[in-house]
Amino acid sequence: MSEEYSLEIVNPEKSFLLKDDVIEVVVPAYEGEIGILKDHISIISFLKPGIIKVFSKSGEDSFYVNDGIIEFKNNNLSILTSLILNIKDIDKKKISEIQKLAEEELGNSEISDQEKYLLDQKIEVLKSIN
Amino acid sequence: MASLDDLKKRISSVKSTQKITKAMKMVAAAKLRRAQESAEKGRPYSDKMNNIILNLSGGISDIENAPKLLSGTGEDKIHLCVVMTSDRGLCGGFNTNIIKKAKLYFQKILDEGKTLKIITVGTKGYDQLKRVYGDNIIERISFKESKNVNYFDADKVGKILIEKFENKEFDVCVIFYNQFKNVITQIPQEQQIIPLKTINEKTNSSDDNYEFEPDEDEILSNLLPKNISTQIFKAMLENSASEQGSRMSAMDNATRNAGEMVDKLTIEYNRSRQAAITKELIEIISGAESL
Repeated sequence: MSEEYSLEIVNPEKSFLLKDDVIEVVVPAYEGEIGILKDHISIISFLKPGIIKVFSKSGEDSFYVNDGIIEFKNNNLSILTSLILNIKDIDKKKISEIQKLAEEELGNSEISDQEKYLLDQKIEVLKSIN
Repeated sequence: MASLDDLKKRISSVKSTQKITKAMKMVAAAKLRRAQESAEKGRPYSDKMNNIILNLSGGISDIENAPKLLSGTGEDKIHLCVVMTSDRGLCGGFNTNIIKKAKLYFQKILDEGKTLKIITVGTKGYDQLKRVYGDNIIERISFKESKNVNYFDADKVGKILIEKFENKEFDVCVIFYNQFKNVITQIPQEQQIIPLKTINEKTNSSDDNYEFEPDEDEILSNLLPKNISTQIFKAMLENSASEQGSRMSAMDNATRNAGEMVDKLTIEYNRSRQAAITKELIEIISGAESL
């Protein structure tokens, strides 16, 4: 029995990544990290800012995501996200830019606790990359 | 008959116009390819999004408490129309077609005694609508500065819509854009995005039970605003491909027309030149004969 399943990551501009030899994907879901293996139950969940780790036969990749939705069904994992960056060839400048923006937003007093929590998360993750 | 000099001037002026339209056509063709590519690349995202929402809304048991973006406010009084046009002209019937379609809808709404509100995206739409519907336009948005269509612009429009919806400023939202079919055909579209129309189209085919994390309602209320932005983004991509396609064929026509005009003028020029020569010859001969 093979242990692989297929993964598709899309962002609004294009289909970002297509792989069919994925063994495990760890995603930063809303209520904690989820590791998805083959024959996982169908699931829909949200992502918070964080790192997606993809373990496949051809190697290991990690990506930073801003937000997103994942859907796992029939051994197909789809990840929809508005912003995704490959950690390997990440642009330090861009990261600090996003971080600055998030910090500015955090300074805004009108945001809800939930947003605050998300922004905190975001900044923390960004700091760890940088 | 125009003098030889005038004809010469006209020929050169038409020729330089032809050069311009030809260049515009080439630019549009190059841009079209890129726009078409990104329109195609953008499709998986919106399709997937739609799928997930379908799966989710099929599983909703309690329609009464469904998020308002999905089920509507329960009223049908105020219609908000988002008219998406280009920022530049010289693209054939592109803008006019959208406006025509939108105006039909406006008339219907007004005839039914409902309130009409308009948001224009792109400057050309505003220019064409301000005279008749100036009072109905509540906002105008333009992305003249951004070179390519990008998601963050679409997101901005989406956020404006959602804010207005939450403030109960409208009940139904419809967007107008051109769908790209091929270079010569673009189909003006009207699409209702709030409340979402897909809800009843698919009967409960979802036998697969999903696990939701967090719960269904929360996912749906987070997903629907995103879907609005995605739909707008899709419309923007389609629109930009249509704009370039429409401009390309318009400029192609213009180039051909200019070529025909140059030919006609050249014939006229040659004829009158010959006539002038013949006239001179006759004068010389008859002058010599009289000697």
